[in-house]
Amino acid sequence: MKNFKGKVLFLDRSDINTDEIIPARYLTEVTKIALKPYLLEDLEMEGFNVTTDIEPNSIIVTRDNFGCGSSREHAPWALEMNDINVVIAEGFARIFRQNMYNCGMLAITLDKKSIDKIFEEFSGLDTIIGVDIEKNLIIVSSSDKKSEFTFSISDFDKDLVRAGGWLSYADSKY
Amino acid sequence: MGKTIAEKIFEAHTVDTLSGGISVLKLDAVFCHEITTPVAINDLVAKGLDRVFDNTKIKAVVDHVTPSKDSKTAEQAKILRDWARRHDIKDFFDIGNNGVCHALFPENGFSRPGYTIIMGDSHTCTHGAFGAFAAGVGTTDLQVGILKGICTFKTPETIKINVTGKRNKGVYAKDIILSIIKKLSVNGATNKVIEFTGSVIDDMTMEERMTVCNMAIEAGGTVGICYPDETTVDYLWPFIEDEFKTKEMAVKEYAKWKSDDDAKYAQVIEFSIDDVVPVATVGFKPDQVETIESLAGTKVDQVYIGSCTNGRIEDLREAAAVLKGKKVNKFVRAIVSPASPKTYNMALKEGLLEIFDTAGFCVTNPTCGACLGMSNGVLAKGEVCASTTNRNFSGRMGKGGMVHLMSPASAAATAIAGEITLASEDK
Repeated sequence: MKNFKGKVLFLDRSDINTDEIIPARYLTEVTKIALKPYLLEDLEMEGFNVTTDIEPNSIIVTRDNFGCGSSREHAPWALEMNDINVVIAEGFARIFRQNMYNCGMLAITLDKKSIDKIFEEFSGLDTIIGVDIEKNLIIVSSSDKKSEFTFSISDFDKDLVRAGGWLSYADSKY
Repeated sequence: MGKTIAEKIFEAHTVDTLSGGISVLKLDAVFCHEITTPVAINDLVAKGLDRVFDNTKIKAVVDHVTPSKDSKTAEQAKILRDWARRHDIKDFFDIGNNGVCHALFPENGFSRPGYTIIMGDSHTCTHGAFGAFAAGVGTTDLQVGILKGICTFKTPETIKINVTGKRNKGVYAKDIILSIIKKLSVNGATNKVIEFTGSVIDDMTMEERMTVCNMAIEAGGTVGICYPDETTVDYLWPFIEDEFKTKEMAVKEYAKWKSDDDAKYAQVIEFSIDDVVPVATVGFKPDQVETIESLAGTKVDQVYIGSCTNGRIEDLREAAAVLKGKKVNKFVRAIVSPASPKTYNMALKEGLLEIFDTAGFCVTNPTCGACLGMSNGVLAKGEVCASTTNRNFSGRMGKGGMVHLMSPASAAATAIAGEITLASEDK
């Protein structure tokens, strides 16, 4: 299983699309690792600086409809190549969400109230999130605060994460 | 309890049921293009899984960047081409025969009522116009599709949109779907099937239905779908005449792919087009839709007519009717990309290409190029494009560029005026 713990990258906006996650001009690449430098290159958002804000082993917390747009799996791969294996949002576009689990990554949906709470209490602070998929638990902590949230995940999605993705799962079962 | 068309297609294709309401579906077709497939091929080769489940059910095309623009895109095309040769993919389309996947594949009869289809392309929902469950997927789903002929889907809930009313002058399928997306919002149909029904859809041609279904994903929809009928059979007849003695028999057979009257829907929306007028998008989301009239005077640097949404022969006819005898504004770059070789040839024979050429359009070969800023018409920073494509995300057609989505008629009128305007006959 991948690493599901890291420093939080807060992206306080809805409808962040796949063109913003990885622009189409980089779809000429045929390896995942080539995408690494270009993650979120076209995301123009107040409070976000693409050159300084992306750190490896991060976890993204964001608003609704994350990953809308293209079917390109290059979007999760660009995250994966930066060791960002978890996105926590109010909601996801279907294909993006499926692509995440198909790669053995986590796209976790939390209700708006919980996402609001994480933003209100932790954004601007050095925050760490750890995800325990066995206990369906998200632990958010900064130097002087800690909050926990439970989330739901289907057994199949858990199986995909454990198997390291859909190809390995499908190849062994079908 | 009755079933929706999507539920019926699921039932007929389910090979396994997993937890969380997830079904493993048998696929009737796996479509491939050179942007998302080569990574799948390379990975399968690296894992020792370089196989295909059925070389007659996989269809492949080089369409996004063609002819190749640089060494990297040449390599992508080569990987797809070599793979198609290695596995004797029966339907492989390369330069001279290639076109935009969602125009080319239907034209060749590959999309059929009741089919399950996946492709590594979000606008695969276009094929729902034929009554197919056709969905865009990522590369891993594509890999498993290529290898095993299966894909997982959660049984989706359905939003039924009953489109009725009378079209105003100058209102095309694009204006109708943009107006529907405005109502639904960009994630109003996430994880849902959008079923398009009603008298307006019944009266539409297959090309218009494809334009409508093409943009289901812009409201987040898993698929957009129409019921197959006589119009569907007429379109498919050259490809199905060996299967059915008469068209009536085909219509009767395909009628099973229709929702029951007592099917359960997540939502039923009555959508009247009585008040729909020509529209265009503003901003960077496809649900930000305003009337062309309210945007009048907005200067544009480029006009693009083409793509899997509006690059078919009817779209070209619609634009050419506006352009005939007129000239494109001196400071507008106007580009038209007929979506397939068949479209190109028809446009040539009908004299449409001459109209475009005389008006001052650059006519390109069939390709997706400009729509996603990959080739043939990328915008510079600060430039504005009136486009018949499907997505107006920030930087979509070039970093720092702005795209206004609209119908081919509105795009043609805009090309002449140099600013967003209604087609003159629609004023």
